Amino acid sequence: MDVKTQPDRSRDVSQPLDKLGPDETLKANSDYLRGTIKQSLVDDVTAAVTASDAKLMKFFGIYQQDDRDIRDERRRQKLEAAFSFMARVRLPGGVCSPSQWLKLDALGRAYGGDTLRLTTRQTFQLHRIMKHDLRAVIQGLREVLLDTKAACGDDTRGVMCTVNPNLSKLHAEVYALAKRASDHAVHRTGAYGEIWYGAERQETDGPEEPFYGRTYMPRKFKIGFAIPPSNDIDVYSQDLGLIAIARRGKLRGFNVAIGGGLGRTDQAPKTYPRLASVIGYVDADKLFPVIDAVMSVQRDYGDRLDRLHARFKYTIDDKGLDWIKAEIERRLGCALAPAQPYSFTSNGDPLGWTKGEDGREHCTLFIQNGRIVNTPERATMDGLRAIAGIHKGTFRITPNQSLIISDIAPEDRPAIEALMREYGLDEFETRSALRLNSMACVALPTCGLAMAESERYLPDLVTKIEAILDTHGLTDEPITIRMTGCPNGCARPYIAEIGLTGRAPGKYNLYLGGGFHGQRLNKMYLENVGEDAILEALDKTLGHYARDRKPGERFGDFTIRAGYVAEVKEGRFFND
Amino acid sequence: MTKLEFPGSALTTDQWEQIGRLATSLSQEQAIWISGYFAGLSHQARAGTISADVLEQLAPPSRSVPGEAPATRLLTVLFGSETGNSRALAKSLAEEARAKGIQVQLADMADYKTRRLKDEQDLFVIASTHGEGDAPQTAVGFFEFLESRKAPKLPQLRYAVLALGDSTYERYCEAGKRIDRRLEELGAQRLVDRVDCDVDYEDAAAAWMTASVAKLAPAAQKSTSVAASVAGAQSDAPAAPAFDKKHPFQAAVIDNIVLTGRGSSKETRHIELSLADSGLTYQPGDALGVMPRNDPTLVAALLERLGLSADASVTVKQNATTLGEALAGAFEITALTPRFLDHWAEITGTAELQALRGADHAEARAAFQHNHHILDVVSKFPARGIDAAQFVAGLRPLQPRLYSIASSLAAAPEEAHLTVSTVRYALHDLPRTGVASGYLAARAEADATVPVYIQANDHFHLPDDDVPILMVGAGTGVAPYRAFMQEREVRGASGRSWLFFGERNFRSDFLYQVEWQELLKNGVLSRLDLAFSRDAAPKTYVQDRLRRQGRDVYAWLEEGAYLYVCGDAAHMAPDVHAALTDIIVEHGGLDREGASAYLSTLQRDRRYRLDVY
Repeated sequence: MDVKTQPDRSRDVSQPLDKLGPDETLKANSDYLRGTIKQSLVDDVTAAVTASDAKLMKFFGIYQQDDRDIRDERRRQKLEAAFSFMARVRLPGGVCSPSQWLKLDALGRAYGGDTLRLTTRQTFQLHRIMKHDLRAVIQGLREVLLDTKAACGDDTRGVMCTVNPNLSKLHAEVYALAKRASDHAVHRTGAYGEIWYGAERQETDGPEEPFYGRTYMPRKFKIGFAIPPSNDIDVYSQDLGLIAIARRGKLRGFNVAIGGGLGRTDQAPKTYPRLASVIGYVDADKLFPVIDAVMSVQRDYGDRLDRLHARFKYTIDDKGLDWIKAEIERRLGCALAPAQPYSFTSNGDPLGWTKGEDGREHCTLFIQNGRIVNTPERATMDGLRAIAGIHKGTFRITPNQSLIISDIAPEDRPAIEALMREYGLDEFETRSALRLNSMACVALPTCGLAMAESERYLPDLVTKIEAILDTHGLTDEPITIRMTGCPNGCARPYIAEIGLTGRAPGKYNLYLGGGFHGQRLNKMYLENVGEDAILEALDKTLGHYARDRKPGERFGDFTIRAGYVAEVKEGRFFND
Repeated sequence: MTKLEFPGSALTTDQWEQIGRLATSLSQEQAIWISGYFAGLSHQARAGTISADVLEQLAPPSRSVPGEAPATRLLTVLFGSETGNSRALAKSLAEEARAKGIQVQLADMADYKTRRLKDEQDLFVIASTHGEGDAPQTAVGFFEFLESRKAPKLPQLRYAVLALGDSTYERYCEAGKRIDRRLEELGAQRLVDRVDCDVDYEDAAAAWMTASVAKLAPAAQKSTSVAASVAGAQSDAPAAPAFDKKHPFQAAVIDNIVLTGRGSSKETRHIELSLADSGLTYQPGDALGVMPRNDPTLVAALLERLGLSADASVTVKQNATTLGEALAGAFEITALTPRFLDHWAEITGTAELQALRGADHAEARAAFQHNHHILDVVSKFPARGIDAAQFVAGLRPLQPRLYSIASSLAAAPEEAHLTVSTVRYALHDLPRTGVASGYLAARAEADATVPVYIQANDHFHLPDDDVPILMVGAGTGVAPYRAFMQEREVRGASGRSWLFFGERNFRSDFLYQVEWQELLKNGVLSRLDLAFSRDAAPKTYVQDRLRRQGRDVYAWLEEGAYLYVCGDAAHMAPDVHAALTDIIVEHGGLDREGASAYLSTLQRDRRYRLDVY
């Protein structure tokens, strides 16, 4: 490498800790994530853990949260905030067995406020767990071979995989690789077993974290496997996206896409969402060397000074895509082949019953915002527990927070259908296409980042937009709408045709122009506005769309053609 | 300052008398200035550079010239930050001021002791705005204080405000505007006009900082005025009043909040009362006597059952008043006394009541009293044609109730805080409330006044600052320990302290939780052991926690610790005593008799102190 292409190393892991951000020192001095978590768990003066332990616990899939609805009230009462914890399960590809479902259901009822949450990364979250119940929850998960490792933190997050039930064989192959990839990339520290299972500390022969080292990744790192034509996992939002390339139904290899990521910060123009860039193709047998090569480039060159600028997408844009690709290939020891042709048609879920190529049946249920709970209208939690009690196949959580009851023998279908009817789980057929393509993050009251409502508000807003759609005859037109309570983008709002991100209670940024199957970022149309302005803008644009759209034209494409927003060609131009 | 004693070794009698004369003539701010002046003088003297110049520069403050700034002034840079911008700006502001030779301290609203505010001299505030015009989340407590009636007048203060915000919000920079407005209202003098900064704040902020610092820089603050007139100063202290049980002080309610969180099985309140201008003082451990008034609905119910008018005349202690007023404010009208039973038995001649009279029927009478209030007796055994005087003849005068004071004057000057558990229950299907706790809960609203006096509690005062203390309290029994810790924090006391606190549920009933956490963090409180009886089976109480820590508890006692027990007299105090006996048997190698003697000795030495009720 000549001097000219020598990259700037002033902000990466090559620097001493005092030149890097405080989180790097925290990780390095944590004794491989042990910190003082054990002491924090038994401190009975507070329902919280120390600030540094709270950060370390993220690596174990656990977030400290508090009930923000009563934060102020309790402060006046001289009581600490009503702290509790969220635990996120590691569930590669979103696949779980009925016995695992039943355990999660029981844990949710015993410790998680009688609810479970399906997430946009295909897993479960348990909320409102008290500190002294955390061990019981994690040990309960262990009984059904589940853990919460690396579901948060600066490491490889839960690995996603397209759920497509129609292509049974291909799904089985890719899913198996996704699961292996998760096991391959997860951290190795013995701290997890010591803290949560009470295991004795073992001496390790080599380093405790052979890949990560003491400081792990600069920030989170997301891996996802997509199986075209479905882009349900939003492969362009992953740090490392792997697009399955098959020939005659048999997996051959993957196109490699790098540098996706949707998080941004308001009023910080250096932050922006970015879609992943496809850099080439590898055969399936090269998958793990590719994962190691890509992750190690980010581990070694990612920004460890400024966490707002630490995701892989910024490393790529700073160093240049060509340089990054060359470095990946250098580490891989060979060049990537040219990307293979592929095409996506949608990032949504086909709801209802389908039959796989092997004759097994699958039913995709719409779960509004992924919230599994019993309400006076519908006992969703009870219904799914009843189904899990008789189901012999698997469950698959989709990246759109839907749930597939998967792999049902034709003779078992009537019993499951009967339970669905009994508990009202088949009502998705009566909902608008907009609602079925809607997605919201958790936000208030538990998420510490939320600036505005999301999960508790989007259903009401959708009802109001449905009225507008009805006026313009668009009720059956699938349009993606996604809302988050803050700009971090958990529900992937920046690739929705209608995106809403919270700014303050009742105030949102409105984004238009995203690609229907996740191929294009949207663009801010209105900033920091309330419901009236949002509805007025949507009435205008949707009405125009209904009158002037071309055959087959999607709403997101139309808003660009009609000049409401400019097309965003690259993430770096998102804020322009 | 009223008394001057102990001149110390370094002063002559003559010097000391001069100081004495001076001290009695100084206002508070003059005294503060002089203490700083002498500190600076001694520093200069050590450096060997004391000169007339120094004296000239150090012109003392006159009482009403806030524009003058002697070099001993302290600048506080106070910030309230949401994302760290205000914090970063405050740091550079502090550096810039320091570079100009100004004495600076940096403070975060998140942990700023609001009682310091009244002593601030120069205050530069940098405040971010959160959401729609709100204070940064960590600064909400500070804002609440500043905008409340608790905020002191600040005529001595000079200030400047830099407001940060985001102009896409409607209430842009509102947090900074609120502070600017409020400081002006409190009488402070604005040195530099407020500047409101948008998200591109850097240039505007830098200009404001430079302008603000320039106003304080030594070149600008060289005083031209000569020594102010000390002789003109008058003491503001009012003549010592004599408020006592018979002549209670009408204390204004500053705050009245429920401490217990949602879902609690109790309602425990924190009530702050103002003693301003009363001359009342107290020691931590003392109690406040509260003269309640009876529940007006109870008064109305009684009048209705008796068939009497509220306007009926009646004489109370030689004063003519109305029956309504007498029942509300002069007599106990809730609990049944033997005297009222006798009285009512005679008036009505009822056999059932007659049967309860006399020494032989003490048990039955006690049971009846337990299940009946005066209202129930009057309802059940009506007396036709009774007049007002006849009825009140059976009543005893309304008594004040004593509450351990939960604050220290050192931390909350001119205030007394109470921790009051509201007594509520039903009897014969009617809701009832405790006389005083119900009064404080329902009618001690902000701006109302409560008649109070100080009840000294000499046996429950703190020992010397270096003596370790063990504090055991359940429920509202924790109140005096809050006063202890406030006092020890302000005094910088070196003695260790250990609190055992018990209540029902951690989530809702951990009274003053964040304060204990803060005291632990600061090391003012050395240890804290908790017992929440309803969180887990088997039920755990403070005495169980004492036993669990028996070895250390014994070690503390052996090291001279004072032991305080406050709260329930019926169960907790005996249970704690039994636990202590067990601990001394186990860890002191004594038999039970020996352990008993050990505790008796502690009591005789006044190292084992009870305040139980």
